[in-house]
Amino acid sequence: MDLAFMQEAFLRLIAGVPLTLNLAFTSIAFGAVLAMLLALMRMSSFKVFNWPAQAYVFVFRGTPLLVQIFLIYYGLGQFRPTLQEFGLWGFFREPYWCAVLALTMNTGAYGSEVIRGGLQAVPYNQVEAARACGMSGFLLFRRIIFPIAVRQALPAYGSEIILMVKATSLASVITMMEVTGLAAKMISQTFRAVEVFIVAGVIYLVLNFIITRIIMAIEWWLSPHLRRAPAVEPRLEAAHV
Amino acid sequence: MSNGVASLSSQSTPAVSISNLRKSFGTLEVLKGISLKANEGDVISILGASGSGKSTMLRCINMLEVPDSGDVTIGGETIKLKHGRKGMMPADQRQVDRIRSRVAMVFQSFNLWSHMTILENVIEAPVHVQRRPKAECIAEAEELLAKVGIADKRHQYPSHLSGGQQQRAAIARALAMHPKVMLFDEPTSALDPELVGEVLRVMRSLAEEGRTMLVVTHEMGFARDVSNRVVFLHKGMVEEEGPPGEVFAAPKSERFQQFISSHR
Repeated sequence: MDLAFMQEAFLRLIAGVPLTLNLAFTSIAFGAVLAMLLALMRMSSFKVFNWPAQAYVFVFRGTPLLVQIFLIYYGLGQFRPTLQEFGLWGFFREPYWCAVLALTMNTGAYGSEVIRGGLQAVPYNQVEAARACGMSGFLLFRRIIFPIAVRQALPAYGSEIILMVKATSLASVITMMEVTGLAAKMISQTFRAVEVFIVAGVIYLVLNFIITRIIMAIEWWLSPHLRRAPAVEPRLEAAHV
Repeated sequence: MSNGVASLSSQSTPAVSISNLRKSFGTLEVLKGISLKANEGDVISILGASGSGKSTMLRCINMLEVPDSGDVTIGGETIKLKHGRKGMMPADQRQVDRIRSRVAMVFQSFNLWSHMTILENVIEAPVHVQRRPKAECIAEAEELLAKVGIADKRHQYPSHLSGGQQQRAAIARALAMHPKVMLFDEPTSALDPELVGEVLRVMRSLAEEGRTMLVVTHEMGFARDVSNRVVFLHKGMVEEEGPPGEVFAAPKSERFQQFISSHR
C-alpha cells in the first residue's frame, strides 16, 4: 500500500462528494413525492389508479438501474428530433438530468412499496377515532394517517436512502464525475485500481455512516412514544404510596 | 332520577333518534329494525349478549357503520344516505363530519393517537376540526384532564399510561369537543378489573352533570344506578326497554331475566 498515493487519491475523489450527494438528494426528494403518489394510487380501489401503479413498480423494480440509465441517456437520445419537437431535448441532453430521472424513477418504485407498508400498518382503530371526531379526507390524512405511517416506514426508508447514495455510482457510466466517476478516471490514468477503489469505498462508508446517524436521530426524535416514560413528578408518585 | 327534569323539558326534539335501523354484514343480519330515542340528559344503558347488535347500533349513530335502511336523526337533523358502490353510504360527508364533531365516542380500546401526547390528543379535534383558538383549547384541555384525574400525565404518550388512565384521557378528548351526545362502546371491557372503577366514576360524574349518554356496557351496576333507561337487545331487536328500577325488578322478557341472572 502506498499511503502517499492513497492520500492523493482521497483528495481527488473527495471533489466528487458534492455531486454524489447532489444526485442522491435531488432524486430522493423527487422520488419521495413520486413514491407517495404511487403508494396512494396503489392503495386506491379504482383500477385506473391501481393498475398503472402496479405496472410501474413491476417494471422499475424488475429491471436493473444500470439498464434504466442507459435506456434514458442513450436510448432516448436516438429520438432527438421528437424530443426537440416537444422542447425536452435540453433536459435529455444533460447526463445530470438523465441520471436524476433514472434514480428518481427507481427510488419512486421502491419507496412506494415502503410507504404503502407504512400506510397499511396504521392501526385502524386510531383512524376510526379520528373519523368519529369529524375528521375526513386530507385533514385525516395529514394529521393522523401520514404522521403514523411515516413513523412506521422510516426505518425501511432509511435503507432506501442509503441504497440511493450508493446507486449514484452508476451515474458514472454516463460521464458523471461523482466519486466513482473520478475513481474510474484516476484508475485509467494510474492503473492502480485497488488503492483507488479502497479510497472510494471508504468515502461511501463515511457518507453512509453520517446519513445513518442522521436517520437514527430523526427516528429517535419522532418516536418518544416508543421510549420509556420520562420520570416526571416523582414526588406525586411517592405521594400515592 | 336526577335526569328526569332535563328530559321532560326538551321532549320535542330528541338528542338522538334512530328509527327502524337495519344492518347486515354479508348474509348475517345484525340489526333487524331497531328504533330508539334519547332525550337531552338521558343516560341510556344498552345491554345484550355479544352478537346482539348493541355495538353496531351505537356505531350506526355516528355512521362508523352505515345502516342498510332506517334513519338516524341527531338533534333534529337526519343524516342523508345514498346508494354507493358497496351498499349505503353518507350522501354528504360534510354533514357527517359536522354531526360527528358534536357526537363524541369513547371506544373499548381507547383508540388514542399514539404519536401525540395526552394533551395533544385532547386538543386535536377542537383545534383542527372545530377550529377553535389553540390557547383556549389548551386551557380547557388542562381543566378536563384535571377533572378526569390525569393532569400530571398531559405531556406523556398514550403508551405510557395504564388502561384506566388511557380511557380517562379518551373521555377528556371526547369532552373537549363540547359534545351534545356521548357514545360509549363498552368503555370498561378492555380494562383490568381494578381499573374499571376509576372510569365508571368519571362516567357517573358526567351523568350527574346531565349529559346525554348512550352506553353499551356489561356493567350492571352502572346500568342500574346511573342510567335512567335500559335497553336490552337480543338478536338485533329491542327485547326489553324501560327505567332500570322497573326492568331489573320485573323483567318482562325471559331472555333479559336470564341475562340479568348470568351477570350478577
